[in-house]
Amino acid sequence: MASKKPAKKSAAKKPAAKKAVVKKVVAKKAATRPVAKKAAVKKVAAKKAAAKKPAAKAGAVDTRRAVEQFLYRQSEILDTRQWQSFIDLFTADGVYWAPITAEQGEWEGSPSIFAEDKLMMEVRMRRVLHPQAWSQAPMWATNHIVGNVVIEKETATEVQVRSRFHMMELRRDTVRHFGGTYRHTLVKQGGGYRIKLQRVDLFNSQAPYDYVLQIWV
Amino acid sequence: MLHEPIPHLKKLVEPDRVHRLAYTDPEIFELEIKNIFEKIWVYCGHETQVPKPGDYQTFTIGRQPMVMIRGKDMKVRVLYNRCPHRGVELCGNLKGNAGEALTCSYHSWRFHLDGKIESIPLMKGYDGTRMNADNPDCSMRAAARVDSYRGFVFASLAADGPSLPDFLGEAKIGFDDMCDRAPAGEVEVVPYCHRVIQHSNWKFFMENQLDALHPSVTHQSTGVAAAWVEREIKQKTGEAPPLYYHYLSAFTMSFDKWDSVQTLNYPRGHGILKGYMGLRPSDPDTNAYVAEMVKAYGEEKAEKFLARDIHHVLVYPYLSVQSPLQQIRVLRPIAPNKTLSEIWHFRLKGAPEAIYRRSLWYYNLVNSPATMINADDLENWTKGQWGLESSGMDWVSFHRDYGRDQENADGSIYSKNGTSEAVMRSQFKAWTEYLAGDK
Repeated sequence: MASKKPAKKSAAKKPAAKKAVVKKVVAKKAATRPVAKKAAVKKVAAKKAAAKKPAAKAGAVDTRRAVEQFLYRQSEILDTRQWQSFIDLFTADGVYWAPITAEQGEWEGSPSIFAEDKLMMEVRMRRVLHPQAWSQAPMWATNHIVGNVVIEKETATEVQVRSRFHMMELRRDTVRHFGGTYRHTLVKQGGGYRIKLQRVDLFNSQAPYDYVLQIWV
Repeated sequence: MLHEPIPHLKKLVEPDRVHRLAYTDPEIFELEIKNIFEKIWVYCGHETQVPKPGDYQTFTIGRQPMVMIRGKDMKVRVLYNRCPHRGVELCGNLKGNAGEALTCSYHSWRFHLDGKIESIPLMKGYDGTRMNADNPDCSMRAAARVDSYRGFVFASLAADGPSLPDFLGEAKIGFDDMCDRAPAGEVEVVPYCHRVIQHSNWKFFMENQLDALHPSVTHQSTGVAAAWVEREIKQKTGEAPPLYYHYLSAFTMSFDKWDSVQTLNYPRGHGILKGYMGLRPSDPDTNAYVAEMVKAYGEEKAEKFLARDIHHVLVYPYLSVQSPLQQIRVLRPIAPNKTLSEIWHFRLKGAPEAIYRRSLWYYNLVNSPATMINADDLENWTKGQWGLESSGMDWVSFHRDYGRDQENADGSIYSKNGTSEAVMRSQFKAWTEYLAGDK
């Protein structure tokens, strides 16, 4: 299990660094093409924009790629059990919320599967790391796949993104599957992103739970 | 079926210990379904779950698929959720609205919302047979008895037996306490339900509910984590942390403190764990709520209601009513080693929103499918079930404080110490009587 401090350090640095890498990759790919790189990127962006309903601004591809990298990294953090890094992905007032049904609109005030601000996330992390967290003793692991990333809205300060996830969870000798939709409200911060709200709509949220979830989905 | 049910069962239960087969044997489980769950008053749902005509909620009583449905006459009925023709399920969802009538998807038999037959296609095909609209076998069958207590609806599949108030006995206080805490004197269901499968016999849950020794062991990790965050909040803000952290940190009370919490055990296996959380803080939200209570009931009565010292009330063998936190947990046994739990939350009518939100934290933190508390209970029960399925040892021990309980003239047993296994002894006494057909 990753110790608290180094994880924090890497989380603070990573968003900016990753974005730079993304930009570089985009540039490199474009450069191999016969046309001028900027024009090529713009052409692709324009083509994609035409296929989408809302008119995408210039830089939409960059945003989408950077956001995708952010989502992939969050999955990696969960699957590698870097709990502090997970919490650090959120803004100071950030919230992780898994409602019971899609019609629920607010994280406070109605029953939820998860409804956690950063302090409650801290409780969950400390509980999971406690040597007497009995239910954590059996062998367990998760594997996340995130895809179908759609930028719903982008402003100067925020990005609203919807994606689909599939999580496999091993517990003792059994594999369980969880799937659904993530809705991240991301705040642009220091060249990267922080999560103001992560809404998790499990597609099987109303079916009976065979045992319970231990850690964030 | 057991070949010799009564002598066999008597060999399984001794006053201070129980044979492991009570938790694992498929024949005993079938006998429990027949002699207990399909006879006693089983909780169906709250009246506010089905507010409009046609609204329904499906569930099981023992092995029977049932539906609670409101009729056009606004009466709530409990019917077998199957077509009398060929058995096909009629209400196909967990909850919904049946519209004007229930229609079978197989041969289009239609039923009024009260279960009576409305129409059968090409009815003349039944001319001269004993199946006609006047034959009760043409209509949906209703549960033998339906009654409600302060808005909580129960049904019994047995025509004879104690009335609902008699069955609930002292456990009525759970519903009274919850409703009395509402300035309007009644509660309203929150229309969501946490449903969690327990991989253990239903008895593990019932015993655990009043087991005061386990919390500080089982829930240590979460209690310690919450206490740490409480300290952080106090240090950083100088203010008292929100009450919901205390819901979690309270689990780490010392053994001595848990031992001082009393359990009250009643005939039919019902029981009460007295309060320990101290749920009467003096913050502005609570004060506003107390003011509403005084306005509704007057000083004396409001104080009587608010001072009730209950953590939860058990209606044996399947229901836990946590009245001061407005939630209930209902067991629907599926197999000897598999139990469905439904967890419902309620709003106190007339109480400020803040009081609801405060109790909601408990509902989510302790009972949601991502709970940090119940996770460790479920783990214990699963491991316990495995152990009892092994032939390593045959007897389950309930010896703690045996012979030191306070036995009262009315048949109730008060534990001397909170950690006394009087709870399990009392539950098994009722269990034996049920299985022998005495109740």
